[in-house]
Amino acid sequence: MIRLEHVSKVYKTSTRPALDDVSVEMEKGEFVFLIGPSGSGKSTFLRLLLREEVPTRGRVYVSNFDVAKMSRRRVPRLRQSIGCVFQDFRLLPTKTVAENVAFALEVIGKPRNTIVKVVPEVLQLVGLDGKEDRFPTELSGGEQQRVAIARAFVNRPLVLIADEPTGNLDPDTSQDIMLLLERINRTGTTVIMATHDHGIVDSMRRRVVELSYGKVVRDDARGVYGVGR
Amino acid sequence: MRTSFVFSEVITGLRRNVTMTIAMILTTAISLGLLGGGLLVVRMVDKMQANYAGKLEVSVLLTNDVSANDKDCTQQPCAGLRSQLEQTSGVETVVFQNRDEGFERFKRIFEAQPELLKLARPEAIPATFRVKLEDPERTDVIKTAFEGKPGVKGVDDQGKFLERFFEGLNGMRDVALILALIQAFAALLLISNTIQVSAFTRRVEVGIMRLVGATRWYTQLPFLIEAVVAGIIGSVTAVGGLVLFKAFFLDRITRNLTESGIIPPIGYLDILIVSPWLFLVAIVISATTGYVTLRLYVRL
Repeated sequence: MIRLEHVSKVYKTSTRPALDDVSVEMEKGEFVFLIGPSGSGKSTFLRLLLREEVPTRGRVYVSNFDVAKMSRRRVPRLRQSIGCVFQDFRLLPTKTVAENVAFALEVIGKPRNTIVKVVPEVLQLVGLDGKEDRFPTELSGGEQQRVAIARAFVNRPLVLIADEPTGNLDPDTSQDIMLLLERINRTGTTVIMATHDHGIVDSMRRRVVELSYGKVVRDDARGVYGVGR
Repeated sequence: MRTSFVFSEVITGLRRNVTMTIAMILTTAISLGLLGGGLLVVRMVDKMQANYAGKLEVSVLLTNDVSANDKDCTQQPCAGLRSQLEQTSGVETVVFQNRDEGFERFKRIFEAQPELLKLARPEAIPATFRVKLEDPERTDVIKTAFEGKPGVKGVDDQGKFLERFFEGLNGMRDVALILALIQAFAALLLISNTIQVSAFTRRVEVGIMRLVGATRWYTQLPFLIEAVVAGIIGSVTAVGGLVLFKAFFLDRITRNLTESGIIPPIGYLDILIVSPWLFLVAIVISATTGYVTLRLYVRL
């Protein structure tokens, strides 16, 4: 599903590589935590999958896309098969919950009758039925993140990338979000989540890939956040 | 492509940036208005040249002495001059017009200006040979051959006068076009700037669009259409401006000249013929500027 082969990424403004000869593979339907301190290369890792960045060396494969080599014209296709969730939700404040979710389908040209059908479905899945017409500012942080997850998942992506999705949430709300991500994972969607949250990683016991100074220093099938931390 | 979606984005964009949009529309309108004015002058000059081409004459003006005493051109030197003119190669017709006929003609031409007629006396009008040439350009032949001959007061070339008049009109056209160009440059910068501001205010939307896999067309088209819509509104304003300029200003100041047939009037039809060019220029310039700006300055 996802494969990185000897991937290095050096930014022009930095002497140290952000990623240094990283090789890692993730299967379809896996749930993977990407951990490591700030500046360890987690964000670069995720940006390479989305082709926000191109690796300096090595190959990146997502599904059957050769991400590093593909032409710019094909990039939208790649991104349509990946959903994204962020710490800061990134919702449009002028649009309602339903409109925010529908937006993701409108801009890739889905027909209206499809949108009308799938948006309520996904809102029900994330537990926001009845709040379709609220604006993001009228929602709690947890609810806003649910909207963001609904938007990321509404096009049924193969991969869901979550970059510290619980970073702005209290522990209880974080637990709810994790349950939601697990539910999405059970539908067969690969979930890759970058996080600093010890509690969540330790309680979920899923695969943990740890980055440090741009290298993979640990890859446990059922890991915890850190030994002795 | 969901057109309703793209257009709702366009309207939101134009509304959000309303001051910049207005500035962009006004600058475009002034630029196009000047361009339109220039084009109208071009049409006017063309019409005048067509009007006068068959009618241009060289006038051989006779001295006061001849004008007063030889009403039928039967004596010397008038009769001699007439036969010499008729024998000159390239001359089509020679018509003698005595002082009284000349005065009648003067009265006819300037009947719209009674003040002028009151001041005029027949003694001021010389008897004249009106010479029509096969090639209206070759007036120098008559000038060199007859200027200074006994009985000849001077040779008056209408073509030369008309040329000066056209030069004046062409100068006006050039000034209008140069101003149009400068304004067009300002419009260009404003369009480019508006798109950049517009893209900046919508960076969150655009970021999300990119992330969920919207194609380049979907992300860029609203901005492009925004520029083109502003351009079209600008050109409509420009055409409206030209119509108002004609109705309330031009018609009033040129009434005398057009009524006496000296210059052809500019009609609404002329404006109608010029306006598609203004639309075309507006669309091409705004679309090109928009496209180049998006390519160079906005990462979408």
